[in-house]
Amino acid sequence: MQLEKFYYDNRTVKWFAYATIFWGTIGMIAGLLAAVQIYLPQANFDLPATTFGRVRPVHTNAVIFAFVGNGIFMGVYYSLQRLCKARMYSDLLSKIHFWGWQLIIAAAAVTLLMGYTTSKEYAELEWPLDIAITLIWVVFGINMFGTILKRRESHLYVAIWFYLGTWVAVAMLHIVNSFEIPVSMWKSYSWYAGVQDALVQWWYGHNAVAFFLTTPYLGLMYYFLPKAANRPIYSYRLSIIHFWALIFIYIWAGPHHLLYTALPDWAQSLGTVFSIMLLAPSWGGMLNGLFTLRGAWDKVREDPILKFMVVAVTCYGMATFEGPMLSLKNVNAISHFTDWTIAHVHVGALGWNGFLTFGVLYWIIPKIFKTPLYSKKLATNHFWIGTLGIILYAVPMYWAGFEQSIMWKAFTEEGQLKFQFLETVTNLIPLYIARSVGGLLYLTGVFMMIFNIWKTVKAGELEAEEAAEAPALPKHIPAHGKEHWHRWIERRPVQLLVFSLVAVAIGGVLEIVPTFLVKSNVPTIASVKPYTPLELQGRDIYIREGCYLCHSQMVRPFRDEVARYGEYSKAGEFIYDHPFQWGSKRTGPDLARIGGKYPDSWHYNHMLEPTSMSPGSIMPNYPWLADNSLDTASTPAKIRAMIKLGVPYPEGYDKVANSDLMQQANKVKQNLKRDKIEAAANTEMVALIAYLQRVGTDIKAEKRSETANK
Amino acid sequence: MKFINYLETITGVDVYAMASFFIFFFFFLVMTLWAWKADKKFIDRMNNLPLE
Repeated sequence: MQLEKFYYDNRTVKWFAYATIFWGTIGMIAGLLAAVQIYLPQANFDLPATTFGRVRPVHTNAVIFAFVGNGIFMGVYYSLQRLCKARMYSDLLSKIHFWGWQLIIAAAAVTLLMGYTTSKEYAELEWPLDIAITLIWVVFGINMFGTILKRRESHLYVAIWFYLGTWVAVAMLHIVNSFEIPVSMWKSYSWYAGVQDALVQWWYGHNAVAFFLTTPYLGLMYYFLPKAANRPIYSYRLSIIHFWALIFIYIWAGPHHLLYTALPDWAQSLGTVFSIMLLAPSWGGMLNGLFTLRGAWDKVREDPILKFMVVAVTCYGMATFEGPMLSLKNVNAISHFTDWTIAHVHVGALGWNGFLTFGVLYWIIPKIFKTPLYSKKLATNHFWIGTLGIILYAVPMYWAGFEQSIMWKAFTEEGQLKFQFLETVTNLIPLYIARSVGGLLYLTGVFMMIFNIWKTVKAGELEAEEAAEAPALPKHIPAHGKEHWHRWIERRPVQLLVFSLVAVAIGGVLEIVPTFLVKSNVPTIASVKPYTPLELQGRDIYIREGCYLCHSQMVRPFRDEVARYGEYSKAGEFIYDHPFQWGSKRTGPDLARIGGKYPDSWHYNHMLEPTSMSPGSIMPNYPWLADNSLDTASTPAKIRAMIKLGVPYPEGYDKVANSDLMQQANKVKQNLKRDKIEAAANTEMVALIAYLQRVGTDIKAEKRSETANK
Repeated sequence: MKFINYLETITGVDVYAMASFFIFFFFFLVMTLWAWKADKKFIDRMNNLPLE
C-alpha cells in the first residue's frame, strides 16, 4: 500500500499550550484575590472593578473557559491529528479559532470587570460575546470535522467520540441558555423568567461542568494517559460504555442544583435519580483510567507526569462520587448555599482539570520541542506542592460548609435561632485564611511549572511541521470478523454526531418543555406585580455588582430558614424576574424577604460601609453607588424589552416610566432626609434601595390587600 | 405539584417521555451487549491506536 507523506501542525498546539498557562495563571490569581477578599474586605480596594462581585466571575470564567478551554483545544489539536493520521483540516481555521478564542477571553475579562454581566453563573458574558463564542465554536467544529473527514485511519478512537459529544452538547447548551433580548450594546434580559430561567440556567450550569470540564478531559485522559504510561487503556469496551452512558445521563441531572427551591417537585426528583445513575459510568471511567496503570505503579513512582494523571483521575472519582451524594435531598439540605459546594468544585477544578492539564503540558512540551523536560525533580516538587495546595484548600472548605450549615440550623431550647447569620460567617474566617494559603501553594506550583517549561522551550526547538506518513483511507475497509452496527457508526462521524445530538437533546427536551408553559405550570399570585421603573433600574445595579454571588433570594421550606428570613419562596413570586436571582451561595444572608426589613437609611449606610451597621461584616463597601447618577436614559428601552418578554406594563408606559421613576426616587430621598441623610434622588444608591425594599414584599401585600385597597 | 399536571397541559407529552426512556434503555442495552460481544482482535486494535 502506498504511503502518503504529510505534516502534523504543532505550532497551533504550542500556542494553545501557552494560552492555557497564561490564562490559567490569570484565573488563579483572580481566584486568590477573591479568596483573600472574603476575610479581608479591604482587599476590595473600594473600586468597582476590584470588588468581589466582579472579580469572582472573572475567576470562574477564566478558569473554565480560558484555562480549561485552551487546555481542551491544546489536547484536541495534538491528539486528533495523530488519531486521524491527518493534519488539521485548515491552518486558517486553526488561526481564527486560536485568536478568536483569546480575543473573546480578553473581552470577557474587561467587560466583566466593567460590570457587564447577565448574572447567569458561568454564562455571565453579554450578548455580543455570546454570538462571538457561537461563531468561534462553529469554526472549531468545522476544523475538527474536516480533519475527521479527511482522516487516514478508518476507525474513530474513543477520545474522538468524547470530543464530538462535547462539541455538540456545548453548542446546544450555549445557544439555549443564551436566549436573551438585547436592551443596548452591553445589556440584555434573559428570555426566561423566574423558575423557568433557573431551570434552564442550572440545566446549563450542570452540563457546562459535564460537557466542558468533564467529557473533553475524559477524551484527553483516554489519549494522554496511555501515551504517558506507554500502554493501552485498561478496557476499551468499558470506555465505549463510559461514553454513551455519560452523554445520555448527564443531561438529565441539572435540576439537582435546585433542590428544595420553588422548582416543581417532579423536576427535582428527576435530577436526583439521574444524578445517582451517573455514579456508575463515572466510576467505570475512573477505574478504567487507574487500572491502565496496573502492574506499572513503579513507573508512577518515578514519573511526575503519571503522578499528576493519577491524582487527576482520583479527583475525578472523588468529585463524581460526591456529586450524586450532594444531589440527595437530605445531603443537599446541609450542603447547599455553603462552602461545601466550593470544596466540591475545587476538587474537580484543581484536581481533575488542573492536574490533568499539568500532566499533559509536561508531556506535550518536550514532545513538540524535541527535548527532554528541563527538570523532572522540579515537576515532582510541583506535584507535591500542588497536592498539598488542594488538600489545604478542600479540607477547610468542607469543614466550613458543615460547620456553617449546622450553625444555621441550631435552635436554643426556647426555640429561638441560636446564631445570628453574621456569627456563622465570622466563625469561618480562620478556615477562609487556610483556604487562601492552599490556593497560594497551588499557584506557587504553577509558577514552578512556568519556569520549568520556559527552560525546556529554551533548550529545544519547536518542530512546527512534524513529518508523518500513513496509507490513504481505503474505499473498502476489511472487517475483523463479523460486521457490527457499532463499527458502522465508528466509521461515520457525521452519523455519530447526529446520534450524540439526539442523545443529549432527549434529556434536555423532556426537562425543559414542560416549564416552557410557564403560565400553566407556575401558579400565579395575584398580588405579584411587575417592578416599578426605579426598582427595575435598581435590580440591574444589583446584577451589575454581582450581589447574587453572595446573597441568595430563595428561602427554602426549612424551619430555620423560615425563622431566620421569613415565609418560604413560592414559584409564582418570580414570574417577572428576567433573569432570576436565586443565587447559589450564601456568603451573606438570604435577601428574598429583605424588603421592608430595615429603613432606607440603614441600607444607605450599610452600602457605604457595611461594618457601620453590622460590625464584623465582610461585605465590601460600595461608595460609588452614592456618587454615580442613575442612567435614566435607558429606562424606556428596558421597559420596552420587558413588555416584549410579556411583562404586563400598560401600553406606551416606556414614555412615562421616567416620571414615575423620579417620583419614587424623590420619596426615597425624603425617607433618607428624615434620617438626616442628604442624598440626590437620581443616584444609583436610591434605585438600589428602592429595589431592595421591594424584594419579597408582594406576597405580604396579598395579606393586607383588603385594608390597603380602601 | 404533581407531574401529571404537566402531562395534562401538553397534549401527548407522555409519549415523548416514554419514548425517550425507551430509546435510552434500548440504546444502552444494545451498547452494552455490543461491547460485551465485540471482536477481540478489533478491540485490541482500537485499544492500541494512540500508541501507534
